[in-house]
Amino acid sequence: MHQSTPPDEWAARQTQVVSALAEILPKNCILYRAEDTRAYECDALTAYRQLPLAVAIPQAEWQVAKILEACHGLNVPIVARGAGTGLSGGALPNALGVTLSLAKFNRILAVDPRARTATVQCGVRNAAISEAAAPHGLYYAPDPSSQIACTIGGNVAENSGGVHCLKYGLTLHNVLRVRGFTADGEAVEFGSEAPDAAGLDLLPLVVGSEGMLAVIMEVTVKLRPRPAVARCIMASFATVESAGAAVAAVIAGGIIPAGLELMDKRMTAAAESYVHAGYDLEAAAILLCECDGSPEEVDEDIARAIGVLEASGATRVEISRDEQQRLKFWSGRKNAFPASGRMSPDYMCMDSTIPRKRLAEMLRAIEAMEGKYGLRCVNVFHAGDGNLHPLILFDANDPDEFRRCEQFGAAILEASIAVGGTITGEHGVGVEKLNSMCVQFSAAERAQMMAIKSAFDPAGLLNPGKVIPTLQRCAEYGRMHVHRGAMRFPELPRF
Amino acid sequence: MDTQNAALRRLSSRIVEARNSKTALEIRGGGTKSFYGNPPRGEPLHVTSLSGIGSYEPTELVVTAFGGTPLAELEAALAERGQCLPFEPPHFGTSGTVGGMVAAGLAGPGRPGAGPVRDYVLGATLLNGMGEALTFGGQVMKNVAGYDVSRVLAGSMGILGVICEVSLKVMPVLPACRTLQFEFTEDAALLQLNRWVCEGLPITASSWHRDLLCVRLGGAAATVAHSRIRMGGQEVEPPDAVRWWSDVRDHRHEFFAFTGMEFARGECLWRLAAPDTAPPIALSGERFIEWAGAQRWYRTADSAVRIRALASAAGGHATLVRAADKSAGAFTLPAEASMQIHRRLKQSLDPSRIFNPGRLYPDL
Repeated sequence: MHQSTPPDEWAARQTQVVSALAEILPKNCILYRAEDTRAYECDALTAYRQLPLAVAIPQAEWQVAKILEACHGLNVPIVARGAGTGLSGGALPNALGVTLSLAKFNRILAVDPRARTATVQCGVRNAAISEAAAPHGLYYAPDPSSQIACTIGGNVAENSGGVHCLKYGLTLHNVLRVRGFTADGEAVEFGSEAPDAAGLDLLPLVVGSEGMLAVIMEVTVKLRPRPAVARCIMASFATVESAGAAVAAVIAGGIIPAGLELMDKRMTAAAESYVHAGYDLEAAAILLCECDGSPEEVDEDIARAIGVLEASGATRVEISRDEQQRLKFWSGRKNAFPASGRMSPDYMCMDSTIPRKRLAEMLRAIEAMEGKYGLRCVNVFHAGDGNLHPLILFDANDPDEFRRCEQFGAAILEASIAVGGTITGEHGVGVEKLNSMCVQFSAAERAQMMAIKSAFDPAGLLNPGKVIPTLQRCAEYGRMHVHRGAMRFPELPRF
Repeated sequence: MDTQNAALRRLSSRIVEARNSKTALEIRGGGTKSFYGNPPRGEPLHVTSLSGIGSYEPTELVVTAFGGTPLAELEAALAERGQCLPFEPPHFGTSGTVGGMVAAGLAGPGRPGAGPVRDYVLGATLLNGMGEALTFGGQVMKNVAGYDVSRVLAGSMGILGVICEVSLKVMPVLPACRTLQFEFTEDAALLQLNRWVCEGLPITASSWHRDLLCVRLGGAAATVAHSRIRMGGQEVEPPDAVRWWSDVRDHRHEFFAFTGMEFARGECLWRLAAPDTAPPIALSGERFIEWAGAQRWYRTADSAVRIRALASAAGGHATLVRAADKSAGAFTLPAEASMQIHRRLKQSLDPSRIFNPGRLYPDL
């Protein structure tokens, strides 16, 4: 229950909202008893939980429009929700709001092989798009690790990535058009199946807006011809520094691998004991470097990549013989999170991006923090695009460990900002990284973001309280932080 | 940095003055794209003093440059390290700037494979209508912290703020490249291009004009050689091919040449953006088709209403690029729900409407 709202008032509000919803939805599509709404109290960031006022489960677009209109009239916040696999609490319910479950919008509306597009409802699973496109030799490229469960609507909200971003881009780069509703239930469209749409390009604001600008109902995505061949190199390195340098050398050599992943020694050990992928347990770090395309192209790229990796001091290099071995190489990386789960009762996954060249320095800093906070941390790294996922191991039943874990996480994010990076590469800010937003952005920048939210949602009802911290929150958090490490244009007045 | 800081301070105080005196400002870089969009209005705000490449890390695939940096200077620095902006921004002259490239949001022949300008914008510092310096995005590939304001600047025609500094993703130059010529009618060319793209052939550019279809292949040497055999056609000598694509990019091809006489006859240059699968669009006059059918240029005297209706029916929109009279509006208006967001967005960044008023739409 919301702390600042008296129970009577809360109950009266719930009654009012539920009866408004009952005019739009059948009874079985409205949940409001605690035992029914419990299933919606969190997303995949389970450390934050909150029961909503009610959960609405519409199955037709007109119902969504009506719900938005009704909630707008009653000044009730809306939290849109897909599969609830988000890692930053973006779908955490609002105590005074309605959680809008869009899970029933799960139809693939069209796959157009000639245009290489698919138009799907927001609740379609990421992997289902590639499954539907497969008969045409096409697929949808972004592959967040939750792809068998997460929905395209959620991917759009978070601008999800995956292991193939460096070559094929994030969700934004693979979405052509989204259609949905504004906060007051008006139909709206962003982007186009043409190469651009009339007017300002609002798609990059909507993609990654974490449900705060519009409710997405339908998405047209770009499909790509499935590469004929993919092969993966597994390379071992005696130091993390040399592995980091090898990544830079691959890129400098003009190679853009389909995937380029780094795991540190502890992560390798955990993954190896979990799936037996054949990893080198002696190595300080291993790199997985995948090339895809036509057979000739892959041969050419693999040969060049091996040359570069060996010149960079790889102690062992193995190339996948066949598809089975390639998948085996990846199995450890793809199971990094559950493998970590076996090492500790709980883990918290961080998600910062840093310039690649600062990797070794960053890993040393994290090692020092382990001592400071008394917690262990394992590291996987989308090395190609600089996206680091330190997994902090802790026990949620120990309040002091949880507190130290949160501090450890915040320290990693601040260190990432200090080396010229960002607090989130692909998981979003949600509620988890609100404090860190105070460090990455100035008050004027945060105020501008808030003004942009108001441009889309003047009443401030879509997923309020996420992404953009209030001035007050930042003031409370605000030990004196150096803004962005070295401030850009330090002499300029900041307002 | 000192020079740039001083320039930034001057720009900021000029903006505050303009805001207080309600003076419209025309943001000016190299002035190479002043023909694009609705006619510029206001006192010029020169940004070329804010120039220079701040940092360039080839191994990070990121370059950061000030808004007034000459585009040619940036491209030369990238070429030295075997990298490029693969969307091939048009130059339309020698003095174009990086900020102007982002603000116009125009891409050249490489657009279909490479993606739009906005996909290469990683972050930006802008001065808003209050003269505040704000930085959004960053200098890394993957970044979802807060709203992605920097990417919205691509194609914003300067109405949201002054682009002071921008970080761009860059890519290695492809190892091999060949251009092939074919003879095809318009509808056959469009269908053939769709087929080739679906087959996954490494097409990096295409043009069709007067039954001449040119296709550029790019990628690993073996793949390009293999695809070239599969596709047939006649190969264009490399120096001629380079000249051809840069003439198309910069509108030096004779199709794009206009004299006062043609303008007097009411002939205009229109750009239609459409899904690449749209069939030929029935407008009178000559046409020049790029991007495998997704960007179609027309020299026509047809009415703006008719052109916009046909573009919309094809699933796209039309832009009046060159004309003696642009009273029909250079850009197609979005739907009203989106237009409302446009107005409020403008209001949030530039409440006194001092930046490039009317350049995109009359009431912005």
